[in-house]
Amino acid sequence: MKQRLVQLEVLRYNPDTDSEASFQRYEVVCQDEWVVLDALNKVKESIDPTLNYRWSCHMAVCGSCGMMINGEPKLACHAFLRDYEGVIRIEPLAHFPIERDLVTAPDDFMEKLKRVKPYLIPQQKRSLDEGENRQTPAQLMKFRQYSMCINCMLCYAACPEYGLTPKFIGPAALTLAHRYNQDSRDAGRAERQEVAATHEGVWECTFVGACSEVCPAHVDPASALQQMKISSSIDWLKEHLMPWGSK
Amino acid sequence: MAKSHKPVVWFPFAAGGTVIAFCIPVIVLLTSMAALGHVPDGLGYERMHAFAAGALGKLVIFSVVALSLWSSAHRLRCTCFDFGLRADKVVATVLYLAAVAGSVATAVYLLRI
Repeated sequence: MKQRLVQLEVLRYNPDTDSEASFQRYEVVCQDEWVVLDALNKVKESIDPTLNYRWSCHMAVCGSCGMMINGEPKLACHAFLRDYEGVIRIEPLAHFPIERDLVTAPDDFMEKLKRVKPYLIPQQKRSLDEGENRQTPAQLMKFRQYSMCINCMLCYAACPEYGLTPKFIGPAALTLAHRYNQDSRDAGRAERQEVAATHEGVWECTFVGACSEVCPAHVDPASALQQMKISSSIDWLKEHLMPWGSK
Repeated sequence: MAKSHKPVVWFPFAAGGTVIAFCIPVIVLLTSMAALGHVPDGLGYERMHAFAAGALGKLVIFSVVALSLWSSAHRLRCTCFDFGLRADKVVATVLYLAAVAGSVATAVYLLRI
């Protein structure tokens, strides 16, 4: 098996001792087919046990290992070493406060996720005796893609709007709102629109599209937000030009 | 939190974006060909002048020009914002005024035909 000496430049920050973050260089022998996460694990095991980063599944499912790799938001378990040459620069996810080394504080995203009510809000409660909610394949296809989000927050790190305007609800949370709005079992759109149709909701998005480019689950948040803009605009027209039709 | 009134500017922007995507490349191609002396049959000066003289022709030309201008103004505003030019009110006023001025000029020229 082919091996290679990989140079990593990792941003380090310890809130107890450091006044600011700084880069630390590591050299580690890696297998050619490894991903960046493997290289970090090797560093932690054999060179520096104090290095901190989050990871869990190692197969792009859990969404824990998001970090900036050569300036691009990536899952470390999904970034193959063979795609990189020279020194690989690894930093914590952009636009989030650093907790320690590569670990960021996701509190802002979590709070926004709660605000868009990303769960089914049925018109009427169903009892268990009524059986399951049936859906046609066509009804499922309307939201399936948007339900694939793994909450990795790469889209927030990629979004220049979120970087410039931290109040922006952001790609993943709004996409999940759209996912439930599109679900035939759901009747909660009006509640979610109270957040989604505000300045800080979909209207802060300028359709840069970086969210969709970095999404490891191919959710395409940009398309969800554009669809929400169209439906929010139709709501606005109904409310202001045909007030009799909006109720 | 109050709902946004952004649809007022976004609807014409989206309509303009659609017009730009579908019509403008064709118009650029046709006018470039005309500039090089290759005017396709049926799109000669007399025919186009007659089209612009009719009410429907005026409406179509005005819609294409005004919506494209509005869409471009809004896109430029967003681009300025994305690049960190945070004087959004000034940028928006200048760009939207330019789009309005272009639209008014189009209307004036069309009405003179």
